[in-house]
Amino acid sequence: MLGFNRQCAVKVLALASVAALLGASADAMAQETRRERRSRTKEVKPIELSPAQVAELTKVANERKLTVDDLLAASKTYMPSGRHDDYVLFSSGGQSGQIFAIGVPSMRLLRSIAVFTPESWQGYGFAGEGDAVLERLNVNGKAVPWGDTHHPALSETAGDYDGQFLFIGDKANARVAVIDLRDWETKQIVKNPLTVSDHGASFVTPNTEYVVEGGQYATVLGYGYAPPEEYKKSYRGMVTFWKFDRAKGRIDEASSFALELPPYWQDLADAGKVASDGLVFINSFNSEMATGGVEQGKPPFEAGVSQRDTDYLHIIDWKRAERAVKEGKAKKINGFPVITLDVAAAEGILHFAPEPKSPHGVDVSPNGQFIVVAGKLDPHVTVYSIDRIKKAIADKKISATDDYGIPVLDFDAVKEAQVELGLGPLHTQFDDKGYAYTSLFLDSAVSRWTLGGDYAKLHAEEPWKLVTKTPVQYNIGHLCAAEGDTVSPDGNYLISMSKWSVDRFLPTGPLLPQNFQLVDIAAAGTTMPVLFDMPIGVGEPHYCQMIKADKLKTWTTYPEIGWNPHTQQLDPRAPKQGKEGVVRDGSQVTINMTAIRSHFTPEHVEVNEGDEITWRITAIESTQDATHGFCIGGYNINLSLEPGEFAEFKFVADKPGTYPFYCTEFCSALHLEMMGYLHVKPKTTTAMKAEPAAKP
Amino acid sequence: MPGLLAQIAGPRVPPDELARRPARYATPALLFAVARVLLLVSIFFPYWHMELVAPQYPDGLFLTAYVNHLDGDVKEIDGLNHYIGMRPLDEAARVEKSLAIWMIVAMVLFVEGAMFVHSKWAVLLAVPAITFPAFFIADLHLWMRRFGQGLDPSAPLSASVKPFTPTVLGEGGIGQFRTFAELGTGMWLAIGAAGMIVVAFWFHRRAFRPLSVAARRAAEVPA
Repeated sequence: MLGFNRQCAVKVLALASVAALLGASADAMAQETRRERRSRTKEVKPIELSPAQVAELTKVANERKLTVDDLLAASKTYMPSGRHDDYVLFSSGGQSGQIFAIGVPSMRLLRSIAVFTPESWQGYGFAGEGDAVLERLNVNGKAVPWGDTHHPALSETAGDYDGQFLFIGDKANARVAVIDLRDWETKQIVKNPLTVSDHGASFVTPNTEYVVEGGQYATVLGYGYAPPEEYKKSYRGMVTFWKFDRAKGRIDEASSFALELPPYWQDLADAGKVASDGLVFINSFNSEMATGGVEQGKPPFEAGVSQRDTDYLHIIDWKRAERAVKEGKAKKINGFPVITLDVAAAEGILHFAPEPKSPHGVDVSPNGQFIVVAGKLDPHVTVYSIDRIKKAIADKKISATDDYGIPVLDFDAVKEAQVELGLGPLHTQFDDKGYAYTSLFLDSAVSRWTLGGDYAKLHAEEPWKLVTKTPVQYNIGHLCAAEGDTVSPDGNYLISMSKWSVDRFLPTGPLLPQNFQLVDIAAAGTTMPVLFDMPIGVGEPHYCQMIKADKLKTWTTYPEIGWNPHTQQLDPRAPKQGKEGVVRDGSQVTINMTAIRSHFTPEHVEVNEGDEITWRITAIESTQDATHGFCIGGYNINLSLEPGEFAEFKFVADKPGTYPFYCTEFCSALHLEMMGYLHVKPKTTTAMKAEPAAKP
Repeated sequence: MPGLLAQIAGPRVPPDELARRPARYATPALLFAVARVLLLVSIFFPYWHMELVAPQYPDGLFLTAYVNHLDGDVKEIDGLNHYIGMRPLDEAARVEKSLAIWMIVAMVLFVEGAMFVHSKWAVLLAVPAITFPAFFIADLHLWMRRFGQGLDPSAPLSASVKPFTPTVLGEGGIGQFRTFAELGTGMWLAIGAAGMIVVAFWFHRRAFRPLSVAARRAAEVPA
């Protein structure tokens, strides 16, 4: 019997465990199903319009004077409530100093991200005296609380967006910011120690080894002075390679370096990839070294910089530059390592290639094979091939050496093709069908043209030829195709960043919004309609990048209660529930506060006039969107306390009185009740007309 | 006393009888064993779920009860409950939760003991395990009632939400929430265990009652 029993018991045990496991997974599945039942992605059955519905649709369309194309455009862009967009567009916010995140194809503004300008909704720059944000907005000890954001750059892994970080440059003050895409907050701003303003920022190398910040208007590097007569001798351009520490999510300033460049006014930049990995390309537009002076009867800059037929495409070997810095060949300017021009020439770090005069954008094709330079003052785009460039360098096909000893490669040796597109070509992006798209500023159009080489087999047309142009309204600057500057563009959509909107929207006074236009590039050939116009009434954006939404791993709340977004970790200082209170140490007062729907703890804070206040708040919420605000009127304080967030701010309670503080984000049905009082007791009671409010 | 103990333990099975019909005597033991496993395993699974649905929670809120702890969106539910003056959920059934694991282990040991008792007294040892699921639900209901009825009258929303008893099984509602409550895997395992014990007793009776009857008859026959 024992043997029988043991055998059976083993079987039964095994059976029972299997049953239990099945039961558990069934339970988990049931819970999942329950969640899905209310899921926002409800399954939609294919529709079939009845004659009555067709009649109704036609009636509405006719009443609203819509064409069939309009109806199609609407159905390609309309997002029903709760449906999420396929792509997120991260756009520069121009002089607003912000970044805008926009859903594509719906073209709905999702939110802005404060970067170089304090922004009160995000509580960015309103955390009292010694605000960490305001401190990092200082330039040479001066508060510069605004920026001219130009070129956003998503972090890349193997040349493709990885959705982790976002960088953006401030042209006005030569700064670069790092935004963490887990919480969409600016984490770092670095100020270039060499130059006052920049333009070619930011662009990343294929694995985000470096964030490239190219300069623009030449100055004496390191904030020096020299009169314009000494322009050629003393003024210099530069490109800075900011080393990015991905693990820390910060630029490592100590491991960064710059390369001195002639004062040719460097313009846009792009990093090589795949076939051209290890190189960075930068345009220039003042190889004339014109110094203007219209007030002295000299040719103005606009004429002076446009005299020569060609300027120089800068071809920079950043891996050699990195090596030269490691070998100690860099010189310190303003404490920052700089590879000087003579070292660059000797080490083969820098080569020039002639390019039609005063071009604007330089863009590398997805396979890294072609470098497209847009003419601006020339109706062509000029295409260089990396194979030809490498061969020309190897074979020393040098046509000249510039005044600073930099070799200039022979134009015909490096040129692959020139494609005539129209007037004012500025910037180029790519799709998955072997097409390139170039913005035409003066023609006010988006052009589609064919690439050659390995791309020729992807399209039906002849290579290096214009295919079609779509008019846009008006004066397009940058354009952006879905992941169109990566190693694997998606096609599908393109954004025309039209500078002027003129008559497109209702009048908004003399200052008009820009116009973001969604262009459908899904079909090959000559079909390329504009689907949607989105007014941008907050600054003038420059460049944007469009990333597949599912690549973003965004937090819905902070990972733990008491999270410090500046350090991206749990902060030991964060007040805990049940441990709130006011701690006094002489005139130093620390307030440990928690916020939860719908009250702050404590609700009364009593301090003396002149006390130095350290105020700490933890939002002890873990529910998505249960955000609180915290403001103290009259003390210029407003915070955004997202679920789990810890914040600390300091101020001197130098104005006696009774100050209500309250939650500035409508958090709950009892939001208005979420308040308290800061009582600042005057030094002498006679100084105040009334006694502070009585405590309950 | 040994006489009484022997009477409770019931008759032992003679070896030749056991050899002749092993399955007859092994079946109840086997079923008891399975029931014990089910009951032990149930510790690791949820006994009860409640889902709360409201417009501003498109994914719903979930509350899951294990024998010894609560899981799910407890913090958020507590946060909402404070508006109506309900105490934090973790304050409910503290004694039950702290003892639950030991109580279940004890029930399992009792059922193990029942395997060696070949008389009707064996039922007594199995009563806790058989009634456990019902006890759990009843206890849950009592706590819910106590919490729902004992709302703090000074709470912000006490004017609009009157004391109530949350629905322990099926659909209920409170404020803007609809609630859906159902039994979890752990509870089904425990119910399975209870059912199996009941079935085991049918086989137990079939196996051992004839032996008891025979023994009693033998005792009645005068020497």
